[in-house]
Amino acid sequence: MTRFIAFWNILAKDLRAYYFKPPNISWGLIFPFAWTGMFLIRSGGSLGDVLSLLPGVMAVSILFGTTSMLAVTITFEKKGRSFERLLLAPLPLDLLMIAKTVGAALFGIVNAFVPVLMASFLVDLSGVAWGVLLPTVVLIALSSTFVGLFVAVAVSEVFEAQTFSNFLRFPMIFLCGLFFPIEKLPSVVRPLSYALPLTYGVDALRGAVLGDRILPLAVDLPVLAVFCIGLFALSLRNIRRKWIL
Amino acid sequence: MTVSLTELSKAFGEVRAVDGVSFDIADGELFGLLGPNGAGKTTTINMLTGLARPDRGAIVINGIDCTKDAKAAQRLIGVVPDESNLYPELTGMRNLTFCAALYGLRKRERARRARELLDEFGLAEAADRKFATYSKGMKRKLTIAAGIIHRPPILFLDEPTTGIDVASARQIRGLISSLNADGTTILLTTHYIEEAERLCGRIAFIVRGRIVRIDTTASLLQPLHERHVVLIDLSEPGLVEWPLLAETFPAYRFGTPHAGQLRVESSEPLAVGAIVRFLEERELDVLEARRVRPSLEEVFVEVTGIEADVMSGEREKPGRGK
Repeated sequence: MTRFIAFWNILAKDLRAYYFKPPNISWGLIFPFAWTGMFLIRSGGSLGDVLSLLPGVMAVSILFGTTSMLAVTITFEKKGRSFERLLLAPLPLDLLMIAKTVGAALFGIVNAFVPVLMASFLVDLSGVAWGVLLPTVVLIALSSTFVGLFVAVAVSEVFEAQTFSNFLRFPMIFLCGLFFPIEKLPSVVRPLSYALPLTYGVDALRGAVLGDRILPLAVDLPVLAVFCIGLFALSLRNIRRKWIL
Repeated sequence: MTVSLTELSKAFGEVRAVDGVSFDIADGELFGLLGPNGAGKTTTINMLTGLARPDRGAIVINGIDCTKDAKAAQRLIGVVPDESNLYPELTGMRNLTFCAALYGLRKRERARRARELLDEFGLAEAADRKFATYSKGMKRKLTIAAGIIHRPPILFLDEPTTGIDVASARQIRGLISSLNADGTTILLTTHYIEEAERLCGRIAFIVRGRIVRIDTTASLLQPLHERHVVLIDLSEPGLVEWPLLAETFPAYRFGTPHAGQLRVESSEPLAVGAIVRFLEERELDVLEARRVRPSLEEVFVEVTGIEADVMSGEREKPGRGK
C-alpha cells in the first residue's frame, strides 16, 4: 500500500504538472491534424487517403508526444535537483522509474487516439481491428517513452534532451514505414529499419487499420515488447551508473 | 537509532573526496561534521543517504547495512540537502503533501502533517504560494519541513543555514535544537564554527576527506577555559618592539592575527592595563583593547591549520562539495 501511494502520487503529480497542461493538450490536437493535412495536401488525395495515413499519424503522434516530453521533464527535475528527492524515497528504483514513465506513456496513448477521433468523422473505421490496435498503441507508447528515458539518462541539459530526441526521432519517421513503405527504401538502409522498435509498431498498426502488414503479428508485438524491456533495463543500468555515483 | 560509519572512502577520479572516515552517532545525539567547502561533508551525506556509492568501508544505520541495501534504511532517515530540492512549480502545501506521499502517508495524514509543519515553521500564510516565489529562508525552512514530514528518527542536515539571512538562520537553529530535544538523531554538516559549537553535542573536524579530530564539544572547549585572550587594536603596528615586549611580559604569548592587531594570550589572568601602558609609553596609539572568550574556532584553527577566515570567507558561497 505504501508503495502504491508513492507510485500513484508521482504519476498524478507528473500528469498534473507536465502532461495535461493546456499547451500540451493543444499540441496533442494540433500535431496529428497538421500531419494529416500536410500529407493530404501533398498527395492531393481524397478523404479515402485518411485511412491509409492513419497508422503513420498515430505512430508519429505517440513518438513525438512521449520521447521529448519525458526526456525534458526528467532532465528538468534532475537539473533542479527535485529528482534527488525521488531517489531518496524508500521506493525501488525500477518502480520509481515506471511511475515517472507511465505518465508519458499515457500522454502518448491519448495522443494516438486524437487522429483516430478525427478520422472517425471522415471515414468508416468499422474495419479496424481494435483488439490489435489497442495493445499495439500501448506498446508503441511504452517503447517510445523508454527511448525518452534513455535520452534523459544520456544528457544533462534540457536543450540536449530536445536535440538528442530529435536526432533519434526524425530518422524514425523515414526509416520505420510511417509514411514511406520500407520496401521502397534502399536495400542498404533496410536493416536499420528493422533495428528500430517503431518499425514493428507501425507494421502492427497498418495491419490493424488497413489489414496490410509485412511481418506476422506474432513477430511485431513480441519484438516491440522485447524492445520495451531492453530499453528500460538499459536505462535503469545507466541510472545506477550515472546518477548514483 | 544509531548510525555507524567505518573506514568510508570515496574518490572521484584522482580526487579522494572522503578518505577513511569513521564515526558513530548515538541514539538522540546531535553530531556535527565541521569543515570547509570541499572537505567531503556532502559526499559523506550522499553515501549515507544512498545517493552515492562508497568505494570502500561500511555504513550501518539501525542495524541495516546500507552499503548492501541503501533503500532499506531510507524510510528511517530524513534528508535536508545543501540546496533546496523541492518542486518550484508546486505550492508549499503541495510540495509537503507530495513528499509525505513518497513515504506512503495516507491523504488525510499527509494534509494534517503538512499543515502542522507549515504552522510550526511559520509558513502557513505562504502555503498556497508556489515554491519558486519563496525567499531563500522560506525555501530552506520548507526543505527542512519536507525532510521531516514522515517523522524520521534520523535526520541528515547538510549546511542548513548557508546563504540565508540571520533571522531565518536563527529560527532554523532553534528548530534543529527542538527536533533533537524531541529525540531525533541528527547529523549536521556545517562550515559555521559557531553553529557547530552552539548546536552539537559532539563534533568531528573534517579536512580534505579525513577526520582530523572528533570529540564532545565540551571536551574540545575544555582547554580553552584556562586560556585568557586580549585583542589590542593599534594604529601603527609596525613600531612594536617585540623582543622588549616578550621580555617585559614573559608569561604572555604575543601574536598578530591581522595587521594592526595584537593578540595576547596567557594561562593566567591578563594584566591588560600594564600592556596598554607599556605600548602607550612607547608612543603607540592604542585604539581598543578587549578581552575575548576563546571559542571552538581556536581549537579548529589549532587542529586543522585552517584559518578561521577561510571558513568565514565561505559563508556567502553556496555549498559546492559533492
